[in-house]
Order: sequence, then C-alpha cells, then structure tokens
Amino acid sequence: MATTEIGPHELSSRPERKPVVNDFSLQVATVNGSGSQSANTVLLRTIFQMGVPISGKNLFPSNIAGLPTWYTIRASKDGYIARRKEIDFLVAMNPETAQEDVMSLTPGAAALYDEPLNLGSLRQDLTFYSVPFDKLLTQVCPEAKLRKLVKNMIYVGVVAQLLNLDPVEMEKAIRKQFGRKVKAADLNVGAAKAGYDYAASSLTKADPFTIERMDKTRGQIIVDGNSAAALGCMFAGVTVVTWYPITPSSSLVETLIDYMKQYRIGKDGKATFAIVQAEDELAAIGMVLGAAWAGARSMTSTSGPGISLMAEFTGLGYYVEVPAVIWDIQRVGPSTGMPTRTAQGDVLSTAFLSHGDTRHILLFPASVHECFSMAGDAFDLAEQFQTPVFVLSDLDLGMNNWMSEPFQYPEKPIRRGKVLSKQDLDRLGSFARYKDVDGDGIAYRTLPGTDHPAAAYFTRGSGHNEKAQYSERPDDYVNNMERLNHKFQTARSHVPKPEIVQNGKSKVGILAYGTSHWALVEGRDQLRQEYGVETDYLRIRAFPFNRDVHEFVASHDRLYVIDQNRDAQMMALLKLDLDAAQLTKLRSVLHYNGLPIDARSITDEIVSQEGR
Amino acid sequence: MATTATSTPQPKTNRIGLTVIDYRGGKSTLCAGCGHNAISERIIDAMYEMGVPPERVIKPSGIGCSSKSPAYFMSRSHSFNAVHGRMPSVTTGALLANRNLIALGVSGDGDTASIGIGQFVHLMRRNLPMIYIIEDNGVYGLTKGQFSATADIGSKLKSGVINDLPPIDTCSLAIMLGATYVGRSFSGDKKQLLAMLKAAIAHNGTAMLDVISPCVTFNDHEGSTKSYKFTKDHDEPLQEVSFVPAFEEISVEYDAGTTVDVTMHDGSRLRMRKIEEEYDPTNKAEALKRLAEAHDKGEVLTGVFYLNPKAPTFLELLNIADDPLATLPESVVRPSREVLAECMEELR
Ligand SMILES: Cc1ncc(C[n+]2csc(CCOP(=O)(O)OP(=O)(O)O)c2C)c(N)n1
Ligand code: SF4
Ligand SMILES: [Mg+2]
Repeated sequence: MATTEIGPHELSSRPERKPVVNDFSLQVATVNGSGSQSANTVLLRTIFQMGVPISGKNLFPSNIAGLPTWYTIRASKDGYIARRKEIDFLVAMNPETAQEDVMSLTPGAAALYDEPLNLGSLRQDLTFYSVPFDKLLTQVCPEAKLRKLVKNMIYVGVVAQLLNLDPVEMEKAIRKQFGRKVKAADLNVGAAKAGYDYAASSLTKADPFTIERMDKTRGQIIVDGNSAAALGCMFAGVTVVTWYPITPSSSLVETLIDYMKQYRIGKDGKATFAIVQAEDELAAIGMVLGAAWAGARSMTSTSGPGISLMAEFTGLGYYVEVPAVIWDIQRVGPSTGMPTRTAQGDVLSTAFLSHGDTRHILLFPASVHECFSMAGDAFDLAEQFQTPVFVLSDLDLGMNNWMSEPFQYPEKPIRRGKVLSKQDLDRLGSFARYKDVDGDGIAYRTLPGTDHPAAAYFTRGSGHNEKAQYSERPDDYVNNMERLNHKFQTARSHVPKPEIVQNGKSKVGILAYGTSHWALVEGRDQLRQEYGVETDYLRIRAFPFNRDVHEFVASHDRLYVIDQNRDAQMMALLKLDLDAAQLTKLRSVLHYNGLPIDARSITDEIVSQEGR
Repeated sequence: MATTATSTPQPKTNRIGLTVIDYRGGKSTLCAGCGHNAISERIIDAMYEMGVPPERVIKPSGIGCSSKSPAYFMSRSHSFNAVHGRMPSVTTGALLANRNLIALGVSGDGDTASIGIGQFVHLMRRNLPMIYIIEDNGVYGLTKGQFSATADIGSKLKSGVINDLPPIDTCSLAIMLGATYVGRSFSGDKKQLLAMLKAAIAHNGTAMLDVISPCVTFNDHEGSTKSYKFTKDHDEPLQEVSFVPAFEEISVEYDAGTTVDVTMHDGSRLRMRKIEEEYDPTNKAEALKRLAEAHDKGEVLTGVFYLNPKAPTFLELLNIADDPLATLPESVVRPSREVLAECMEELR
C-alpha cells in the first residue's frame, strides 16, 4: 500500500509552496546497532558529491544496541554546517520514537515512515510517505540474516528519489562505502535501487525539499575530527602513543593505529612507533611522560573522566618540565548518563589540571582542518616549552563527519625544542637543567642515554634548584616558580593566534572557540540580516591568550563569550587574564544540553541581551 | 670523571675503564642504618662489577624513602622521581622511547603493593625489560610508620597496633603474572643480593626483586616481622646464589647433582647451589607452591624463585625499530607528501 498523505490544511495554507532547494535538514531516526551508519553516510556523500555543502551529526546513546539514535544531515547552499534545530525531512524507522519524532517536526516538514508504523494520521500539516520496507526487502534480499542491514539502504533509495538525488552519485557513494567488499556493495546498490524505483513508481512528491547540483564541494574531503587528528599526529611525527578506551576519544587512537600500520612501518619491517593500550589513564599519561622525558614525541587521547585521572601526573609534568600532548575529546560530565553527548566542559579543569600553581597550554580546534594542523602545533609547543599541552576537541568535532578543504602538508620542520647533545656538552662542559639561559624561561634539557658524564640530572617535582639538585630553599622555589610563569608568558606569542573578523566600527564583539564557530558564523549573519546587529568576532584558538585577545576586548563595548558549558568556563578563564577594567564588558552565551550548539540559540540570546 | 695523579697507584677499574667512584651518587639523607642505603651500595657494586655504562642507565622511582634512594647512587645516570606508585608507567614510556636504556626502577612496599599495585601487576604482565626493586620494610617510612600491604599478620607497630590483614606477596604475584626473573633477598645479605642484582642486569625481561630492607626508625623493634633481627632469624635461603658474567671465565667446576646453572640472555650464568631440597627455578608452579609453604611456616624465603631467560619482552612483541624512537629523524617519522595526497584522495 503506497500512500502519500497530505493534510488538507497543509495544502490550503500553502498552495504556492516554492521548492526549497539545497537548504534543509534531513533526519533519520533509527535504533542503535541497526547498521544505519553506512546508509546515512551514503546519503551524506551523495549530496556532497552533487556539490552541495553538507554536515552530518550523529546523536547516539551510550549503548551498543537497542536505544534510539538520530542522524541529521544538513544541506546548505550557503555553506552553513552547524546543527540546525528544525528538521524538514524525517525518516522514521524507530517505532519507539516515531510518534514523538513526528510531533516535533515544524509545520510543512515531510515524514517518511515504515508502513506498519502508520504515522500518516498523526498530523495534518506534514507530508507523509509510507513505505512497505519489509515487502521490498524480501524482494531484494532473499537472505533473511542480511535484511536488517539492507533495510537501511532502501530508505536511502527512497529519499534519493524524493529529494532528486542523482542515482549515479548514489551508487558511487555506496561503492565507496563498501570499498573492496564488492558483494556487499552489489547487494546494497540493489536495495537502494529498489527503494528508488519504488518511490518513482508509487510515491508522489508533495514536499518542497529538493537537491540540485551545485559546485561548492569540489576538491573537498569528508572526515571526522578524530581521524583528522590521527592524521595530524602521524604527520607530526608522533612516536609513542598510549591510551585507554573512552568514548568519544577511542576512535582517534584506533584510526591512528590503522594509519601508522600502513604508513609508518620502516623498510626493515619494524614499527617507527609504539602504541600501547594502558591499564588506565594514570598509566597512559605516566607512559607519555616517561617517553617524552626520554625524548619521544608522545601523546595520549582521552575524555573528561580520563582527564581527571591524569591530574597528578600532569601537574608533575608541568613542574619537571616534560612535554606531553593530551587530546581531550570533550563530552558531557561523568561516565554514567550522557557520555555520548557533546560539551566544552573541560576548559577550566585542563587549564589548571593538578595541584599547586599549575597552568597548561590549551589549543582549541574548531574544524577538522585544525584537528590536523593543531596536532603539529601541539607537539611543537610541548617540546619547545617542555610542558604538557592539551588539545580540546569535542564529541561533535571528533565523531561527526565534516566537509573540509584537504589538509596541507606541514611545511615547517618538526621543532624538538632545546635538547643538548653529547657534542653540545663536549663544548659546554656542563649544564644546569633548570637555568634560564636565553631569557625566555625555557631551560635546556638532556635526554637519558646521552653519552656524556655531565648529561644526567635528577628529575623531581618542586624542590630543586637550577642545577636540578634537591633544594627546599625558599629562594630556589620562588625563582623556579617565577621562571615557570615567565615561560608560560612567553607561550602567549607562540601559541596559534586567534582568528579575528572585524570591521572596525562595531561595538559588539563575540568571542567563541572550538565547534561553536560554525553556529556563530551563521548566527552573525542572522544578527545582521534579521536584526541589523553588526558584530565583530574573535575566535580563541589557544590559552594562554594571545595579546590580540586583550586588544579585541579593549576595543569593544560589549563582548559575548560563547561557551558550550553551564559555568561559562571560557569567560572565567578570560576574567583571570584581563585587566579589571575590562571585566564588566563580558557577557555570557551558554549552550549545554548535550547537543551541538546551533545558530538560532546564539542569535536569540544575543538579541535578548542587546535588548532588541 | 675520576682521574689520578701519576704518582699515586692507578685505582681499580672495571671492564669499561671506570672506577667504583664513577658509580657513586649523592650523600644519602636516609636514616643511618636504613636498609635502603645498603641496597644502594649493592647496586653500585653490581653496576660497577658488571661494567655497565652509567650513561645508559635510568633510575625511575615512585615516592617514599626508598624511591628517594636513586639520588644516592649513580649520579651519572638520569633519574626520574615520579609520583607515588607510578614508577612502572614512567619506566615503560622511557623504554618505548629508547630501547637501549637500562632501566633500574626503585619502589617501596607502599609504593608497589598499595597505591601502585595496578601499575605493578600490569607491568609484570608485559615483561618489560627492566629491573624492578622493591625496598620492602613493611611500613610507610616517609609518612612515619603506617603499615603497608606487605606487613605480616601479627606484626606490631611501635605504637602497639597489630596488623590483622594478610600480606600481599609481591613475588608470587609477579611470577603468576609474567615476570621472568623473580626473587627475594635481604639488604643485610651482601653476597646474595649482589649476585641477584648482577643476574638482574644480565636478564632480558622483567627482573622483580623484593628486597627486605628494614626501616630502623619505624619498623625494627621487637614484634616487627621486617626487623633486622627477625629477618636474620627467619631467613631461609633456597639456594646459594652466585653469578658468573659472560665476560668472565668459569673457574669453579660445577656439579649437576648439587647445582642448578641457568644461562642468561647475554651468556652469563646464574649458579644456584641447592641447600635444602630439589628446587627447579624454571618451574612456575613449583615456585608458587614453595612460596605458599614458606608463608605458612613463617619463613622469610630468599633466593631466586623463578627464572625464564627466553620469554619475549614487551619491546620485542611491539616490533619497534632497532634505533631509539626518541631520536628517529624527521625523514622517518613524517610520511611523504604523496602519502598525505593518498590519504586525502581516500577521503574525497
Ligand atoms: C598520591 C599520594 N598519596 C600519598 C602520598 C604520601 N606518601 C609519601 S611516601 C608514602 C609511603 C611510602 O611508603 P613506601 O613505598 O613503603 O616507602 P618507604 O618510605 O617505606 O621506603 C606515602 C603514602 C604521596 N606522596 N602521594
Ligand atoms: S624512615 Fe625508615 S625507611 Fe625512611 S630513611 Fe629512615 S629508616 Fe629508612
Ligand atoms: Mg616501605
């Protein structure tokens, strides 16, 4: 039974509905573990291959199978790739959430559903398409075992036909998805075609949403932030990687393992790297510090709970001045509850992680491109400044697919920092491990194994003098702490500079970081187009804050700081750094419901605080 | 480096031309008579006699009086006094970075058997090529005398508090989990400890030595089971251990009836003359059984409990490059432009 039900109210209220081309969101509601990920990726890729900018966001539960998941694809001719709250086209495959999913659609949206769900009469203001998936399935997939997986590919075909997707691109996307598994690819192509043909013969297009070819994705890639970070680390020359599995960070190291096995095995068949799954995050960071102390480019990747466990060692790393690169793919709080939802909740905890006076360099990638490039920055900074460096990505960036310009090959040579060799020691005779020779707060180190009788020094926490000798003298302690602070100040002008967009006239400035960027790009356009509010924008890319951040704040009357957390953590960090006179200018825009931030939320909040 | 005027006689040097002074450390700040000091002395002797280049040695440690002791031997070796109970991870990292390093990790019974037990057991599983020394005094010395998890049932603190929980036997644990050279010694037994340390240096794999090392300040009184007196009175050596390095001629004839000889990875020999009974140090099950028996009898069993010189080490399992990862050049660790282009193409 093929029905296309259009509410009469819908027809009469919008008789002249113009087509909505390349500017809508499609959501697929399925059950976790049903294998819908490949189908959704195929849809995303098909649109992308047709030159239309896209973004894909997977909203999944902390569960292996059985709980609801939603995948949203946004097509945007204007290139907006942040999450959009409104859903225009729903594919309802999950009986459990179908009713609620349908009820939450905006009027005028379309909903495609599995026939038995019988959703067509729920609302009058939507376009419904009912598809007998099981009937189609038995035709294309005689093997009952495979049906569950292939079912998803049928909706790909139906959607493709309804949205005017090119079936050739669809097939190409399916074949790419299945790679060398030709049999699987054939089966899935068959299923998608069955869906496509069914829609062509039995459904009548009655919604306005459609995709038309553009030329806005040529040459671009699609990748998730964790894979981009993995590539970045490999090209940054990482040699020691330690980790303990945790969502949403695991895929970073798992992808890195694949890449390293492919591209970092030497001619002698031996690995030019070591990757170790540690017993916990305490061991993971301990191994990183041990390896970096002995001279390796070493890193670990984790998320909030792991960061907490790394606290003691990270503080030691700061005091003994040993490099470390720590990726934090941020997620919502503790492990029980919403670990698979996104947040920017670790800004303060990482900035000061550990005991005593401790400050760490933080990097804030906003894009997959920066996940790649900041990997290199992080290793260079960690080794140059001999200190732990955190890269604060998040679940939205790390686990979702993003389109991007291809990554550029790193042109700058790897910078290993101030390390004295045997030859240096032959020349110098001796060295003082914690002496500020160059005036930048950064002392010289030697690596264990350096074949010189004066190379060794004793590495210990806080109580040491310039020569790394044990000391509890107040002046030695204060001198060392002052130097550490000086080193941190030096880092201000070496960390990635903020990205600034300003016209020199606007009184309103916006400060954002990480994934909020994409919502903000769109939000600023909304503010200008809908409310006539012109804003300048500074995207923070690192802590300690570059002087440009101070100047930007000083040159605006009101500054909105966008945080994806409850406690306005970036604003708090800014307040510690800015002159007292600047503090009252700061206002906060918060978004912390576990979903990626969207433009409308920012726009509405700023408009309201601007008193418009 | 130690040099001498021509008029005085040449000081004795080892096979790499260093004197014992080249293996010394800073002046100890531990209590006079502390077992840990005696262990430091034996480490110096063993490293000197084995002719180990001090620059190749690293001395990671945790936190405690014991973990401070690397400051008191081998100043020409890098040290890393890390955090409490986490020496294993730091050592693991350092050896991943540079497989040519010779790691001698120092820990305490508190550092290992309580806060560090997690890292300890996982280290043993990996058979990382390193020497792991527990300077075992049954108490937390540095925090002034609380019981540790190696304290025996019935052992009494100075304050009169009696321990009523069973001890963790680090040697049994290490054997069970995969360490390939496991033994117990006593800081007061110079000869045995020296031989066991030398064998540890020759061993390729995790050498775990639990060394009873009395704390004269907090655990050397009547009623303690880790005092000098108690340990001397109850010491039951399994064998008489001697070590013949690969670079020395074997002078003493060896009698298969009374002696077990095990050839180490580097060709050295660990020679164990039977004292009480038949004992096969290559048999895991027998080792665990004998340790359990000793425990029931209240003996302080010392000697080499288990030795397997052939098991693959963690570094071998990882198949890492022969040259230290730490100093591989950019040309090796940064793949080419073509590789990036290939990766980008895959993502299109
Ligand atoms: C995280 C942490 N908790 C507690 C301490 C305090 N602490 C220092 S040494 C020590 C016990 C050391 O005992 P042991 O390892 O047996 O060494 P010993 O002093 O007996 O040689 C403790 C609990 C610490 N340094 N770090
Ligand atoms: S307190 Fe005990 S363990 Fe610490 S140095 Fe003194 S004797 Fe040794
Ligand atoms: Mg102790």
